[in-house]
Amino acid sequence: MNAPVRPESCGIDFARERGQRAVFCGLTGIVWLHRKIQDAFFLVVGSRTCAHLIQSAAGVMIFAEPRFATAILDERDLAGLADAEDELDRVVERLIARRPDIRLLFLVGSCPSEVIKLDLSRAALRLSRRLAPVRVLSYSGSGIETTFTEGEDACLAALVPELAEAAPGEAGLLVAGALGDVVEDQFGRLFADLGIPVRFLPGRSAGAMPALAPGQPFLLAQPFLAGTARALEARGLRHLPAPFPLGEAGTTGWLRAAADAFGVSSEHFEAVTAPGRRRAATALAPHRARLAGRRVFFFPDSQLEVPLARFLSGELGAAIVEVGTPYLHRGHLAHEIAALPAGTRVVEGQSLDDQMDRARVARPDLTVCGLGLANPLEAEGLATKWSIELLFTPVQGYEQAGDLAELFARPLRRRERLEV
Amino acid sequence: MQLTLWTYEGPPHIGAMRVATAMRGLHYVLHAPQGDTYADLLFTMIERRDRRPPVTYTTFRAEDLGRDTAALFKQAVADAYDRFRPEAIIVGASCTAELIQDDPGGLARALDLPVPVIGLELPAYQKKENWGASETLYRLVRALSGARRERAADRRLCNILGPTALGFRHRDDLVEVRRILDALGLRVNVVAPLGASPADLGRLPDAAFNVVLYPEIGRAAAQYLERALGQPFCEIPPIGVGATKDFIAAVAALAGVDSAPALDAPDSRLPWYARSVDSTYLTDKRVFVFGDAAHAVALARVAAREIGFRVVGLGTYERGFAREVRAAARDHGIEALVADDYLDVEAAIQAAAPDLVLGTQMERHVAKRLGIPCAVISAPAHVQDYPARHAPLMGFEGANVLFDTLVHPLMMGLEEHLLGLFREDREFHADAAPSHLGSHAVAHRPQGEGARSGSSPQAETVVASPSEGGGKAAATATTSSIWAPDAERELKKIPFFVRGKARTNTETFARERAIPLITLETLYDAKAHFSR
Repeated sequence: MNAPVRPESCGIDFARERGQRAVFCGLTGIVWLHRKIQDAFFLVVGSRTCAHLIQSAAGVMIFAEPRFATAILDERDLAGLADAEDELDRVVERLIARRPDIRLLFLVGSCPSEVIKLDLSRAALRLSRRLAPVRVLSYSGSGIETTFTEGEDACLAALVPELAEAAPGEAGLLVAGALGDVVEDQFGRLFADLGIPVRFLPGRSAGAMPALAPGQPFLLAQPFLAGTARALEARGLRHLPAPFPLGEAGTTGWLRAAADAFGVSSEHFEAVTAPGRRRAATALAPHRARLAGRRVFFFPDSQLEVPLARFLSGELGAAIVEVGTPYLHRGHLAHEIAALPAGTRVVEGQSLDDQMDRARVARPDLTVCGLGLANPLEAEGLATKWSIELLFTPVQGYEQAGDLAELFARPLRRRERLEV
Repeated sequence: MQLTLWTYEGPPHIGAMRVATAMRGLHYVLHAPQGDTYADLLFTMIERRDRRPPVTYTTFRAEDLGRDTAALFKQAVADAYDRFRPEAIIVGASCTAELIQDDPGGLARALDLPVPVIGLELPAYQKKENWGASETLYRLVRALSGARRERAADRRLCNILGPTALGFRHRDDLVEVRRILDALGLRVNVVAPLGASPADLGRLPDAAFNVVLYPEIGRAAAQYLERALGQPFCEIPPIGVGATKDFIAAVAALAGVDSAPALDAPDSRLPWYARSVDSTYLTDKRVFVFGDAAHAVALARVAAREIGFRVVGLGTYERGFAREVRAAARDHGIEALVADDYLDVEAAIQAAAPDLVLGTQMERHVAKRLGIPCAVISAPAHVQDYPARHAPLMGFEGANVLFDTLVHPLMMGLEEHLLGLFREDREFHADAAPSHLGSHAVAHRPQGEGARSGSSPQAETVVASPSEGGGKAAATATTSSIWAPDAERELKKIPFFVRGKARTNTETFARERAIPLITLETLYDAKAHFSR
């Protein structure tokens, strides 16, 4: 099933693979997005499988009056006996009546709703009119269209056209990509010290979304935002090419891209970032001893794999066996690809069994993979790091560089520790 | 469309996965979109399996829909056969693939593989997980069990039907049931699906009868075997001492052996523990039972007849087994609750005001919100209910486990007595939280929360809903206006574990009689009125 390897000029050994893919669908993004936008509700229109997936992914969080749910399609909806539009309106009205605190409602498309071609964008328009001031938007988190983190991309891309217009020159910098609040606050302070006015997308509530202006520069905080970047560019914003803010070098490169765009002097930049860089270097040093020379294999999951491989090899001295990624955006990852050791094997897509065979043959020291594979690979004697944690844990920025390294070092330390 | 926050059961193909994962030498090719592989982690994480479930997914994507998904499916079946060389293959569609109508069974048979290929029809928009497991086992048994044997089977040889992967305590139940059958001098021919291969299913006819441990999974297959092979079956889940004895009697009768060797069980401690004086305090504790039908019915019997609780609620999320649960509820003098919406269950629990909730993972959370002790007795359950230690529910050891499980969340009698005695002491003052329930502040924070924004104080405040801490204080403020100060003081002398009930009862009493001010008199009038 392997496609022939195409020679590439960018110094990576690039391959594309097709076959069985062991990845989450975009619905999973709801699990962290609903925590970020505090007055938003995510209503999946799908099947019992969709509800079961979110329940499994959200674990026990589902009981804290979460702001997500599934409108489960049944036979009547499929047979056309019930007018799907009327049914959806009924469900949404009941929901809004129950949760009057909701200001922003996302109708989230799934595989079943996409296959039967339920027009959720029209439903969103209709419901927006009816439920004002609650705004209703739609996007697809279906597995047939989106992989894991691409759900966040689809959600943010749906938000962009709705954002207000800012007066030119008043907009400052836009940072796109949901970050942990603690990380966002750290970056906010750094940008303030650099003298760069900044807004974050998404905002923490429906009323706190950034306004946009043509010509405004934007930074991507996450590598999986292809659609969001396109939507921002469609509104005239300008993407700042940069590495992603993982590790000391990534964070510095990311901040520098903004500093350059806003004409911050290099002296000032050095002065503002020096304490963070120093702390990150201190925090990383003990982990380097443990991870240097270790051979790491990435299964595809979130599109964070290429920046993480750059961080592990560049800042911790790890050797990279294979970097699997569900999708490779050459433009957004240009800095990251350039910083990978020459000849690093990057595989876009997946053929699960073939990839597991390669991992077995390579016997890496650490395998980064999803929870469906982690225990089976551990049982085969491979140390693993389950990848989903990289999305749910604050890992960006200087102050988290040590935590990020610790996530990879811990499974190795644990294997050495256990005696039985 | 049904608005759903939580679902008790997954879709039917998860049930098929539970059967496939339980077996050896069987492979399941599932026509399903990218993303449906999430189901793997139920097995690798919750049940901590050391290998991937034997499932190949086609994981088609939008671009495949424009091409030939049928060809993709056939390729996946062919590849899976080449790689895994299974003895048999089951094929089917998940909910989305059902919509694109590729007919997995027909497509797979067209490949003409040298092993049996069994097509599954699992209507994802009508049926659920347990039905899917039952149907899959039935289809496998029908396809693979072969014909009735010429020679009469050894009466002491039986099959066990029902245990699956991801079953609630199935692993350990099986150990206990085998122990009972050993004591009766019976031998087990095939256990299915747990641990069986397709070839093992071909040996099913060698047994004289079948033992169904979990009716929601094994009944359909047992009924088929009864019709096709003339094998009678016994369907009494041996959960609790009484049910275990009934089970032993039924199995012994089917095998034509004496039941005495199995009944004489020195390790059956529940009866004595329940009679010991410390258990007197358990008498008439109000218990609410909810779960899959078989577990709910069995646990209600244990609670009422073996521990001495009063069953004030009994229900199931399995509509297909509602009849049995309704009948059992009538025995307890109550109306059964048949519901798969957890909000309905929560409302019923609130209305019943139990002292103990026995339920699923979901009821555990509901009980936590309401500050009621709880034990998990049925799937769906989280990882902690797939324990490392031996923890059966069936047989006499299972009954021992149940005694501990049902009693530990409550305070033991002596502890309860001492707390009442020293209620005026500083540590047990009116506003002290009940120690056995842990800190309320902790109870209301979702545990294991790992969302990225979870670390912010702002997010924490939102999640820690005002249901208990603030909510109860507010409720007290609004209702205390009708309490006279001396009555209020007296109320605080009542131990915390019955104080809430005393307050509610007194207020109900006062409201019904239009008494504007609750005095000491009213308090004790109400107490007399509600005494049981």
